[in-house]
Formats: sequence, structure tokens, C-alpha cells
Amino acid sequence: MPTRFGSLSRAVLPENWQQSGFGLYIHWPFCAAKCPYCDFNSHVSARIDQSRWRDAYIREIARAAELTEGRVLSTVFFGGGTPSLMDGETVQAILDEVRRSWPVSNDIEITLEANPTSVDAARFGAYREAGVNRLSMGIQALNNDDLRLLGRLHSVEEAFSAFKIARATFSRVSFDLIYARQNQTLADWGSELRRALDLAVDHLSLYQLTIEEGTAFGDRYSAGKLRGLPNDDLAADMFEATQRITESYGFHAYETSNHARSGEESRHNLIYWRYGDYLGIGPGAHGRLSFGPTRQATEAFREPGKWLAAVSEHRRPEHPVQHLSQDDILAEMLLMGLRLREGVPVARYLPLANEEIINNINELVEDGLLVLAAETLTVSDEGRPLLNTILRKILGA
Amino acid sequence: MTDLAHIRNFSIVAHIDHGKSTLADRLIQSTGTVQDRDMKEQLLDAMDIERERGITIKANTVRIDYVAENGEKYVLNLIDTPGHVDFAYEVSRSMRAVEGSLLVVDSTQGVEAQTLANVYQAIDADHEIVPVLNKIDLPASDCDRVAEQIEDVIGIEATDAIRVSAKTGVGIRETLEAIVQKLPAPTGEREAPLKAMLVDSWYDAYLGVVVLVRIMDGVLKKGDKIKMMQTGAAYGVDRIGVFRPAMQVVEELGPGEIGFLTASIKQVRDTKVGDTITHEKKGAEKPLPGFKPSIPVVFCGLFPVDSAEFEDLRDAIEKLALNDASFSFEMETSAALGFGFRCGFLGLLHLEVIRDRIEREYDIELITTAPSVVYHVYMRDGSKIDLHNPADMPDLTHVDHIEEPRIKATILVPDEFLGDVLKLCQDRRGIQQDLTYAGSRAMVVYDLPLNEVVFDFYDRLKSVTKGYASFDYHLTGYRQDNLVKMQILVNDEPVDALSMMVHRERAEMRGRAMCEKLKDLIPRHMFKIPIQAAIGGKVIARETLSALRKDVTAKCYGGDATRKRKLLDKQKAGKKKMRQFGKVEIPQEAFISALKMDN
Ligand SMILES: Nc1nc2c(ncn2[C@@H]2O[C@H](COP(=O)(O)OP(=O)(O)OP(=O)(O)O)[C@@H](O)[C@H]2O)c(=O)[nH]1
Ligand SMILES: C[S@@+](CC[C@H](N)C(=O)[O-])C[C@H]1O[C@@H](n2cnc3c(N)ncnc32)[C@H](O)[C@@H]1O
Ligand code: SF4
Ligand SMILES: [Mg+2]
Repeated sequence: MPTRFGSLSRAVLPENWQQSGFGLYIHWPFCAAKCPYCDFNSHVSARIDQSRWRDAYIREIARAAELTEGRVLSTVFFGGGTPSLMDGETVQAILDEVRRSWPVSNDIEITLEANPTSVDAARFGAYREAGVNRLSMGIQALNNDDLRLLGRLHSVEEAFSAFKIARATFSRVSFDLIYARQNQTLADWGSELRRALDLAVDHLSLYQLTIEEGTAFGDRYSAGKLRGLPNDDLAADMFEATQRITESYGFHAYETSNHARSGEESRHNLIYWRYGDYLGIGPGAHGRLSFGPTRQATEAFREPGKWLAAVSEHRRPEHPVQHLSQDDILAEMLLMGLRLREGVPVARYLPLANEEIINNINELVEDGLLVLAAETLTVSDEGRPLLNTILRKILGA
Repeated sequence: MTDLAHIRNFSIVAHIDHGKSTLADRLIQSTGTVQDRDMKEQLLDAMDIERERGITIKANTVRIDYVAENGEKYVLNLIDTPGHVDFAYEVSRSMRAVEGSLLVVDSTQGVEAQTLANVYQAIDADHEIVPVLNKIDLPASDCDRVAEQIEDVIGIEATDAIRVSAKTGVGIRETLEAIVQKLPAPTGEREAPLKAMLVDSWYDAYLGVVVLVRIMDGVLKKGDKIKMMQTGAAYGVDRIGVFRPAMQVVEELGPGEIGFLTASIKQVRDTKVGDTITHEKKGAEKPLPGFKPSIPVVFCGLFPVDSAEFEDLRDAIEKLALNDASFSFEMETSAALGFGFRCGFLGLLHLEVIRDRIEREYDIELITTAPSVVYHVYMRDGSKIDLHNPADMPDLTHVDHIEEPRIKATILVPDEFLGDVLKLCQDRRGIQQDLTYAGSRAMVVYDLPLNEVVFDFYDRLKSVTKGYASFDYHLTGYRQDNLVKMQILVNDEPVDALSMMVHRERAEMRGRAMCEKLKDLIPRHMFKIPIQAAIGGKVIARETLSALRKDVTAKCYGGDATRKRKLLDKQKAGKKKMRQFGKVEIPQEAFISALKMDN
């Protein structure tokens, strides 16, 4: 077996960012309303001074560009929050600055996350003009009662018409659904998912509802007032059904919660999962950059006001840069990479792994939860729903 | 030194929370013993755990000077006592040092089980009893009804019971006057050989062992050579004094007085509560009667979660035992839990208090195993074993029969809950002994096996009666019954820390309840886990914990890989609270929670 040569001393090979591409993430921290399940860095604000924010993003892009001069940018992702609250000019100005700052690849992917209301949809044309070529919509549910329970501001009908506009505007459209919702049955979810797949979509993100601490749902849950959530078994059944149904429509589960027709995978998110290099700009955004064998982690201030003030005052709006240890790098590489169906190349993780980790991996391979081929380590079909347990076992946590 | 006629010694007794310590506060404050600015609520409850739980655990003594309405100056020694049944022993020995008791009854609640228990003890100790109706500031206070109840249920005169609010201070002056007028002065001979009762002792970081004494006859002075009549040990007295409530050195202690002495006594264990202290030369000939020793009735194993902390645990336990003679311990090894201690306690609250103190004061995380009582196992060869730990149960083929401890339980409960209480007692193998009524309340007396009561009886009682019942018990003796050892097997491996003694007829029921509980308490693993209860190899109950099917993070937070890493670290911290049994991880709280029966 290939891992038996694991007693080789831990050589430190330069992690080559070029194998996984180089992307830019822009975080827009505002939403029209806060959804009760959401723990993303999103805030509701009465007035947003778009020109001030625009200037701040531009200033940060310029600063980031100096650090990464000469790299070829392959993706940009506007995430949130609700980036579809950004004015067309704001997106335009940011992308103009991006194109000024880096050479970009011919097929650059530029994604923007959008909420499916008519107000947001009215801006889609301007986004395309600015250069956005992929839209990711948060539709979340295909039934109005559940949309209300999820605190969403749109109906199914409104979401569908926004989707139609998106389809006519962008060459690539994806949307998000949340399943394992309150009182949802396996059959309910199966037919909802089929309806979603019947739409002219090329990519779907299908997330099991996660109850997060510090959210309204989290509070209700700990008070015992969030009823009708599926038990583990039903949740597992739903996860399995999701894999099965999407496959039957020709969407492969290229990542734990992401499904796409071949070639339609989110290239930006693949950079994260393949543990490539990316810049994170905007409140709470994270970045990873490698310089030779070392790898840096950046994390911007979470609080929008604090971030904006820092940038306006020409200060760095982020926490001190962290230099990741070999163990951290390995952990992150596996945490991200094993979410992918394609797995992690042996040649990338092995030099970082010690004997204990190699033994742990071997045990999991024997238990049938991991699959070790000549060149890659992947999670087996049985292992996919148990990824966190597997990671804990690998890392001896 | 005060003349006998101007001394009054008394204890303050009551059911738990009826306001003893608060009344003590007012007595201390109104006599100016402590300056207002140094006052705090329940001043005498000095231990952290007492303050946190709002209960008294250790009896405390204070000396108060009081100028009565007749213009004369009196010395009052009060002892505030704990109310909880686990600490009844503290109350009984405190009573032996004084001549009277203030019986505090919460006038919103009335007579409760420990009110009765305390009255009987006070009568046993020949006390004059002064009833005090407390909390009259509360709207629910009903003094006439409670006075009548005292007369009906207890049979003591209560028409002129003092009406008090220990909170606002109403009735405090009257209480002080009643103490002077109604309680007898102590008796004793100044010229007789020294006879001092050793009431209590504890370890003080600065002074070493401090001994609380009540002088019966004679005079104790600094520098005296004294002798403990039971142990025969002799010491030179370094210091004598009184509590106000801070320690204050005095020249001498005469008959009727209560105070402390220090001598170069090394360990609290060298002093026996109830012993008589006399002078080494020309000492008394006959000792005082002495106290019945306290005996631990509940045993459990305490193991460090982190086995590397065993020595720290030993240290902590030894230090705590220095100050608490009623707590016993010996080393124990368990196949699953490693090295730890088998400890004996006066009851479950006592157990919790000690466990909390170890965890907090010494920062050692503990696994507590199933509490057990002491069984008498009679062997075929005529020998007898005191079984403290079900894991040590000898092979049945050598056992002739087993006896278990029984108690007499007294429960006071409003009529409407009587049926539930009777059912609870019946379910716990109780035998009804008496049932009487006082007004709208019933008093039920049951003979019960201690092992059915020790663990969660009180919790159950509170829940079926919505907190309106009160409960008191004392050990009555041992009786033979059909008892067996039940083992719990997790993934086919016996977990000794979960084995327990049960009545044969209740075994299936308990076994099923345990398996069901454990099924909920043990997290799912990647394989399925059988959980079984067995008696001597025969499985009597079985559950299967199915395999974990889903544990994966759904969302991707952009490039926030840090968050994911932290998530695993958090789970790592949670894991420390687990113990590995073969391939199975059992959370530490499972050992106690598995025993709680819901109905
Ligand atoms: N309203 C009111 N509350 C009182 C009075 N006396 C005591 N309390 C309250 O009753 C509670 C119990 O008082 P404690 O003095 O601790 O009772 P205890 O009898 O010493 O309790 P244990 O030592 O645990 O048996 C506290 O919250 C007091 O503040 C009173 O006269 N009026
Ligand atoms: C940053 S949010 C999306 C953007 C956009 N503001 C929206 O709500 O449409 C990304 C996606 O995460 C998913 N999500 C957010 N909170 C979740 C939760 N608690 N459980 C499962 N999925 C969640 C939603 O599907 C959401 O569309
Ligand atoms: S789910 Fe989307 S719209 Fe809702 S609060 Fe989160 S980021 Fe905002
Ligand atoms: Mg008290």
C-alpha cells in the first residue's frame, strides 16, 4: 500500500498555489433582513453609504495586489451577506479595479450571490455589464410556508421569476436549497429536489439545515422550542436520497453539499477545497496565501463599522497575519479536501503527515471509510456522511 | 469568666431554609457583636459551597453579649445548625453542648419533616424548647395556623410562640428576652475537676487543629496540661478563646462556657468528637457519655477523568477528610476507570458537596460511580463481608444470604399528593408503618430499604408533590432480602462502574431503565453497540444503540478553514469528558445519570 512508506521523515515541500488556482473573495456584510438560521457575518443596516464602501474595497484591492503581484487571477466571488444589495456601479468599480490590479485568466469566473427578490433581480443586468458571469441564488425552499418559517423575504413565485431573469442574463446560474427543515418528510424533500432539478439550472448547493449557536433558531432550539427537526436517521436518509437523486439527473456530488453538471462546478469554491491561494477582502473575510513553503492566514475584522473605519484611516483592517504550522496546513488541507469527491492528492498530504496520522488513515481505509488509490485519498460512499468523525480520527482529535 | 446564672446556651434548629442562619444574623447584629458594616447575609455560612447553595452544612458557634430588659448582662452562646437531613449528625452533637433550642418554623410553610426530627432530638437532649414563627413579613404567613399545627403535631405549647421576621428584624428583642427568661442557665462546679466536652474540631491553616469545647465542670486556662480521656493523648494548651464569630482569645473558660482551644495537635483525626477533655493531673475520673459516632451510609467511587491526576485526587481527599470526620475513603481500582477512591458519605447531598469541592477547589475533574449502600453479605463459611462496592460482590456459590440497610422515613405531605407519595413508597419496596393527619397534611411513616432512597427518592418525592412534601429518615437496621448483583455490558464488555445491587423482583425493571438511559447517554459510534443488563451471566434486558449515520458539516463558510479547525478542537475538548471502554466512549455524566429513574 502506498502509505506504508509513511515512515519517511516529514519533508517540507513548497505547497504550490499554482496547482489550485488563485481567487479573490469579496465579502458584502449587509442583508435586507436577518434570517433566523443564519450565522454568516451579515448585518441589517438602515443606510449604507455605497460610495464609502466602494472606496474601501478598492483601497483594499490595491493593497492586496501589491502582496500578490504577478499572480494570475482565475476567480472572483462576491459573497455575503447579500451582495445583490450592491449597486451596479459598486460592483463595476470593484471589478474595474480588479482588472487593473492583476492579470486575469481568459475564462475568469466571477460569481455573485443574490437573493431572489424582484428588487435584487432588477440589478442583474448591471452586474453582467460589470463582468459578473455566474449567479448563485439563495432560493432555500420551494414552498411558501417553509420560506416564511425560514424568515425569507421572497415567495417561491418571486424566486422563480428572479431565476428566469438570471437564466436570461448569465450563462451560469446556481441556487441554494436548505433541507432537513422542520416537519419535512423524506418524500417532501425528494419531490422538492426533483422540481429544482427540472429547472434549467447547472449547479445546486444543497445544505442540511444546521442549527447554529447564537442565531434565533439556536436560541429556540436550546429552549426546546424548535420542533419537528429530523432525527439523525431521517437526516442521514435525506442526505443519501440527495446524492441518489442528483446523480440520476446527471448532477454529480463533487463536494459534500454541492452538485453540478460536469464542467459547471464552482471554480472559486474549488480553490478553497483544493486548498489553493485566495484573498479575502471585506468584513470577516479569510484569506490563505503561500509564499514558498510558508502559508499565511488572514482574517479581516468582522464588525463592518470597524473594518470600514480602519480602511478609511489607512490602517490594515485585519487581525495580525498568522503563519500556519505544518500541522495546521495538513489539518486544513484534509478538512477542506476530503469534502471533495476527487479527494486529496497523496503527494500533497503525505509529506506533511506523521506516522500517527498515517496509521489513523490506514485504519480508516481498513474500515472502508477512506479509499486510498495510487495518487489520491478519498472518502468512500459510506464515509461521506461521517466526514467529521473521520477527520477527528485522522487528526487524532 | 461569667457566672452560671448569666449564661444561656442554645442551638437554633429548623427544617431546611426556615431561616436559622438569617435569625442568627439578626441576633448577632442587634447585640452589636458584629459591626453593621461587617455584616452580610447568613454571616455564619462561611464556606463557598454554603454561600453558593444558600444552605448551612457545618454548625457554627457565636458568643453574644446581651443586656436584658432587667438591666443585667448575659452571655449567650448560640449554635446555628444545618437543616438538611444529611447533616443531622451535626445537629445532634451541637445539641449536646447546650441546654435549649430555638425551634424556628417558617410561618408560611408550617411544620416539616426536619422540624419534627429536630424536636425529637431536642427532647432527647432534655432541651427547653422556644418556638419561633419566622418570616411573618411574607403575605403567605399564617401564624395562628402554624402555632396550632405545632401544638397538634409536636405537642408543645405554642400560643405564645414568638413572631419574628428574621429579615426585617421584627421580634428579635422578644426572642432575646425569651432566651434569657425561658431557657435554663447551665449548671457546673467551678471547683470540680475539669470536664470539657469535645464538640467539634477542624483544621485552620494558621492555628492548626482548633477544638470546640463546652466546659461542664472546672476551669480551662492557657498553659494547662490536658488529656483526652478516650484516646489518652496529652497536650499543652496554647490558646483558648471564644467566637464572636471571629476568634477572640480569652484568659479562661469556666463552667457553662463554650469556646475553643488549640494545642499542638497534629491532625483532626487525633481528636474524637464526644471525647471528654480533662487535666492531666487531678483529672476527672468518669468521662461524659460521649456521642454515637456518625456512619457513612452512601458509598461511591471517585475517579479522576484524567488518570494522571490520581495523586492530586489523593491529596485533595486527604485534605478534605482532615476537616470532615464523617467522610471516609479508601483506594479503589477499577478495570475501566483505573485508580480512584471508594468514599463513604452521610447522604447524597454530602456526596455532592465533597465532589463539588474537589472539582472546584482542587480543579480535578471526576467520574462518580453509582452510589451504593453497605450490604452485609453472609458467607457459607460463616464469615460476613461489609460490601461497599457491588463490583466486589463475591461468587454467589459462596454466599449464604445478603442483608440490606433499612430506614424509617417520615414524610409530611398535603392531602392531595398523598396518593402519589404512597405509590412512590410502595414502588420502592416500602412498608407502611403509620399514617396520621394534622389539618390538611398527612404524616406518613414508612420502613424502606435505604438503597431505594439513596439515589433519587428525594428528587422524585419533590417532583410528584410539586415540592410540597418534606422528608426525614434515619437508619433502623439490616434485613435479609432477595438481592442480586446486576451487571451492565456495553458492547459485550462488563462495565464494573455501572454494576449495582438490586432486589431480584425489581431487576428487570431497573435493568431495562438503565439500558434505555444509557442508550440515550452514550453517543452513537461508527458501529452499533449492544447495551445489556445481566445477572450472573443471564441477560435480563437489552437495547441496541444503532451506528452513527451522519456527522458532516453542511455549509462551507467561504474560505474560513480556521472555523473548521476550531470546530474539531472544540470537539476535542468535549472528548476529555469521555472514558474509553474497549472501543466505546462513555461520557462521564452517564455513570450517575443512568441511575436516575423517571418514574
Ligand atoms: N421574607 C423572609 N425571608 C426570610 C426570612 N428569614 C429567612 N428568609 C430567607 O429564607 C431563605 C433561607 O434562609 P436561611 O437563613 O439560609 O435558612 P436556614 O434555615 O439557615 O437554611 P439551612 O441552613 O440550609 O437549613 C433565605 O433566602 C432567607 O433570605 C424572613 O423572616 N422573611
Ligand atoms: C452566505 S449565505 C447566502 C446568501 C444570500 N444572502 C441568501 O441568503 O440567499 C449562503 C447559503 O448558506 C446557506 N445557509 C445559511 N445558513 C444556513 C444554515 N444555518 N443551515 C444550512 N444552510 C445555511 C443558505 O442556503 C445560503 O443561501
Ligand atoms: S441567509 Fe443570506 S439573506 Fe439570510 S441573513 Fe444569511 S446571508 Fe443574509
Ligand atoms: Mg442555615
